[in-house]
Amino acid sequence: MTPPDKTPVMRDAGLDQRSATTSGAISPFDTAIAQYGGRELQPNRGIPLNLDRIDAVRVNTSAAERRAQTLVTRRTVKKEWQAAWLLRAITCMDLTTLSGDDTEERVRRLCAKARQPIQQELVQRLGVESLGIKVAAVCVYHAFVETARRAVEGSGIHVAAVSTGFPAGLSPLPERVNEIRRSVEAGADEIDVVITRAHVFGARWQTLYDEIAMFKNACGPAHLKVILGTGDLLTLRNVARASLVAMMAGADFIKTSTGKEAVNATLPVSLVMVRAIREYAQETGMAVGFKPAGGIRTAKQALEWLALMKEELGTSWMKAELFRFGASGMLADIERQLAHFATGRYSAEYRHPIA
Amino acid sequence: MSIVEKFMTMEYGPAAEDPREALAWLDAHQRRFGHFINGEWSAPAAGTYFETADPSTGEKLATVAQGSAEDVDRAVKAARAALRAWQALTAHARARYLYALARQVQKHSRWLAVLETLDNGKPIRESRDIDIPLVARHLYHHAGWAQILEQEFPGHTACGVVGQIIPWNFPLLMLAWKIAPALATGNTVVLKPAEFTPLTALAFAQICQEIGLPAGVVNIVTGDGCTGELLVRHPDVDKIAFTGSTEVGRAIRKATAQSHKKLSLELGGKSPFIIFEDADLDSAVEGLVDGIWFNQGQVCCAGSRLLMQESIAERLIGKIQDRMNTLRIGPPLDKAIDIGAIVAPVQLERIQRLVDQGVAEGATCWQPSIPVPSRGLYFPPTLLSNVHPSSIVAQQEIFGPVLAAMTFRTPREAVELANNTVYGLAACVWSESINVALHVAAQLKAGVVWVNCTNLFDAACGFGGYRESGFGREGGREGLLEYLEPVWFKQAPPIHATPLAIEQPAETGNEDTPPIDRTVKLYIGGKQARPDSGYSMAVRAADGRLLGEAPLGNRKDIRNAVEAARKAEGWGKATTHNRAQVLYYTAENLSQRAREVAHRLSAVVGKKQAETEVRLGIERIFSYAAWADKFDGAVHNPPFRNISLAIKEPIGTVGILCPADAPLLGFLSLVMPAICAGNTVIVVPSEKYPLITGDLYQIFDTSDLPGGVVNIVTGRAAELSKTLAEHDDVDAIWSFADEASAALAKTLSVGNLKQVFTSEGRAIDWFASRQGEGRWFLDHAVQVKNIWVPYGE
Repeated sequence: MTPPDKTPVMRDAGLDQRSATTSGAISPFDTAIAQYGGRELQPNRGIPLNLDRIDAVRVNTSAAERRAQTLVTRRTVKKEWQAAWLLRAITCMDLTTLSGDDTEERVRRLCAKARQPIQQELVQRLGVESLGIKVAAVCVYHAFVETARRAVEGSGIHVAAVSTGFPAGLSPLPERVNEIRRSVEAGADEIDVVITRAHVFGARWQTLYDEIAMFKNACGPAHLKVILGTGDLLTLRNVARASLVAMMAGADFIKTSTGKEAVNATLPVSLVMVRAIREYAQETGMAVGFKPAGGIRTAKQALEWLALMKEELGTSWMKAELFRFGASGMLADIERQLAHFATGRYSAEYRHPIA
Repeated sequence: MSIVEKFMTMEYGPAAEDPREALAWLDAHQRRFGHFINGEWSAPAAGTYFETADPSTGEKLATVAQGSAEDVDRAVKAARAALRAWQALTAHARARYLYALARQVQKHSRWLAVLETLDNGKPIRESRDIDIPLVARHLYHHAGWAQILEQEFPGHTACGVVGQIIPWNFPLLMLAWKIAPALATGNTVVLKPAEFTPLTALAFAQICQEIGLPAGVVNIVTGDGCTGELLVRHPDVDKIAFTGSTEVGRAIRKATAQSHKKLSLELGGKSPFIIFEDADLDSAVEGLVDGIWFNQGQVCCAGSRLLMQESIAERLIGKIQDRMNTLRIGPPLDKAIDIGAIVAPVQLERIQRLVDQGVAEGATCWQPSIPVPSRGLYFPPTLLSNVHPSSIVAQQEIFGPVLAAMTFRTPREAVELANNTVYGLAACVWSESINVALHVAAQLKAGVVWVNCTNLFDAACGFGGYRESGFGREGGREGLLEYLEPVWFKQAPPIHATPLAIEQPAETGNEDTPPIDRTVKLYIGGKQARPDSGYSMAVRAADGRLLGEAPLGNRKDIRNAVEAARKAEGWGKATTHNRAQVLYYTAENLSQRAREVAHRLSAVVGKKQAETEVRLGIERIFSYAAWADKFDGAVHNPPFRNISLAIKEPIGTVGILCPADAPLLGFLSLVMPAICAGNTVIVVPSEKYPLITGDLYQIFDTSDLPGGVVNIVTGRAAELSKTLAEHDDVDAIWSFADEASAALAKTLSVGNLKQVFTSEGRAIDWFASRQGEGRWFLDHAVQVKNIWVPYGE
């Protein structure tokens, strides 16, 4: 078994490593962000496009669905373990607002919730003050990056901007690249981009690779999260292929969906993506993160996805550096479950502060 | 602090299912159970009880009655007494009872799941998500069959009182597989659950009471193997259905040989799990988890022999080991446990012994470094690599969480290795190419082939084995046939009650020139062959006149004939249209020679019968020519996104002993359905008129029948029958000569557990097409292979 991760998770480790990676002067041991099969893994630097590898992708849809379906019935956590896992889920959240009616005030409210995702009283009851629980990042449109950056200043919470003509990703390429640059300049240290789905349908892997590599380059020190739009790609084989291309091109995270597609994060899609991550880690020694987004609304789902990460990738992937939930509604349910654990009574949604 | 620590380590904690309800039920029975006979609990006559324990802790759960001869007899009597009223019910009424059983199982699903896990040691996830839902599904499905039985199986009736013996690996599921089809078809039941796991059967008895099932329809007698044997040997049982080890299956075959009990056996396996280089390897590995680490590997159809294409072997082994490292073994009531406890100490010892032996023979043993509880009966998941086909761990059923891995180079070699076993229960094929997968699936000798999936079961799809994995199917239409008999057959008179009506022999020509001496030979591999013995036997007419000599075949001739039949297996792969053409042509050629064949035959059976035999013989051949391309399989609709192809495959080589009363028609009535279905045959014509061989091979020779499809060895039926029944390369015996040789065939069939089809001492009227031809014969000429093909993109 992968040795338990003894490092406290929420110490801005991500930011430190980010600068270390770009300087390139640190020994692999220091930069290791995960382990798989006893091997230390480094952050992703990308590799040249390997078309043979893309061709060799095999995914059996029924079998993948079956695994996804039974995985969540094979594992469960109860009592203190469940509380701990739910807290962990909070620390892996990208608290998100991506609405046409977003305002600066709305974003500031979101950031306040990000800093204090659960009520202080509940924190005390659970005895987890020392963990300093907060979410991993706030995720906003470019227009609110600066507002968000100010609002989370000093908290260690990352600011993620959705970029590249989100959610369609179909504006002209130079504009998309510029958009990334502007968001990074405005203070975003994580950029969520969408790929051109047409490149996948046309099997234009080189074009897709180049596009993502260009995004990566534009990110500079910021983390690149590549949204595959799995609800659009439809087949699991397409998902697996696009995952590999994105990782080869240097993605720090691969992410299921924009949250705007008809079908968003599902367990079978997530299974295929984390298996691609595992495959890539084994072949390159580099670890890529995973972010399911859209449709994850309940504490139970949060536990299911964490179990998926633990089963398929191991405990070292169950932390914000390598795992994020793209969710806006999940936090309220987690809070209620934690309250139930702490008090033994079922709570009501209105009893917990909203974002 | 404790949550903080758990936040850091992110381990799974304990997640125990609460056993209180199940334990309370045991307490309500004072933890002591009698038999369930005639709708009531009753103490064992001999007053003997035995204990059943929780294998994960060793703690005693309850004491259970040890069934004695008196108990078994009372149960059989109760079943017999209940039979008439049960059969007098409408089909709809029986459907209501089965529906109520299904409903009741669903309502009590968690109680049954927990009880199963307590008694057996299997993870609660499996009993909760797999066993019990499948139990309910089986009962529902058969409630449906009960409802439509008369429309779907006209002219059929129940066997009567059925004795059923089930194993400990899926206690309640095997009970449902046995009881549901038996009740749906109007039988009454005496069931003996396994000694290690009697509790859910007793819970089911209570459910029978709750729904008001008529007393005596289901009787549960608990006990050990001795109780089972008493049930098997009970003279008033009409059918035995057994699931368990091949060893015990053999004993049951022997024990029932002298009786006319119908028999179905679902026995052991050493199922291949074939992974091609173009498979989705991660999914295949997950398939292995469901294959060999399901139910601690105590599964008759466990994918215990891993066959990997050489090109991916190393990568695959790495993936398997990684996956084994994430398996969790421990208390079976924990909801997050993959591998529970082994059912009993004796089983644990057996697993260890076989693994040790495998390692001694050169296998490399790998076990993951996962925590294994020190108390209770646990065996860690185990991977044996560097295993060779000759290794004991590649040949013998281990019945534990032990995977034996081998490599292959080509699809052909994969098939060869896969079929290199005495078993034939199930197989898995993993490939993303439908061409490769179905090509291989078609060639595997197994009753179930799972393509890109593992251990899927459904009530609509037959389950059962080839070869020494047994015979008979459970589930689906073919499963129901195991509990039904044609009405005419059930009512047929005993064989000795119909003496042959011998007519006056026909007039023979009165010529001056002597006829040219005619030498009839054996017919082996499409060639006429002299008998090895060099002897001939005299064949006489009804009036005692010498008609000629027939060769006296011996065991070596049988050996040669079986070899020829095996070589001609390509016949089974010929198109059904092609087989139909050959059969039609045979009829045509018999028709050309009708007069002379009838003339010679008339010396033995009289002119009238001889002419009738030839006339009906031609019709019979026509019938099977007609059937050849119409007796096809089915596509089942189990409740998954999947198609399940039920393919009717020939059994293989069939030894046929012809009835005496109709030398030609009897021959054709048995040989034609067998070869129509694609089998190759070794036929022993009736001793009464073996000279028919000379006519037949001339007809076959001119009808494009490939050499070796029909082989004819004349001689003493009793002697030849013995050689055939003992021959391990003969897959079935159809013994219709006489009762003694049929019983002998059953006894001697245990070597390779070949299927034995006989008239069970009843006289068949070969001249009546309703009895002498049709589906009944064809059903015996095939075995159903279910190929599961999930699909989706």
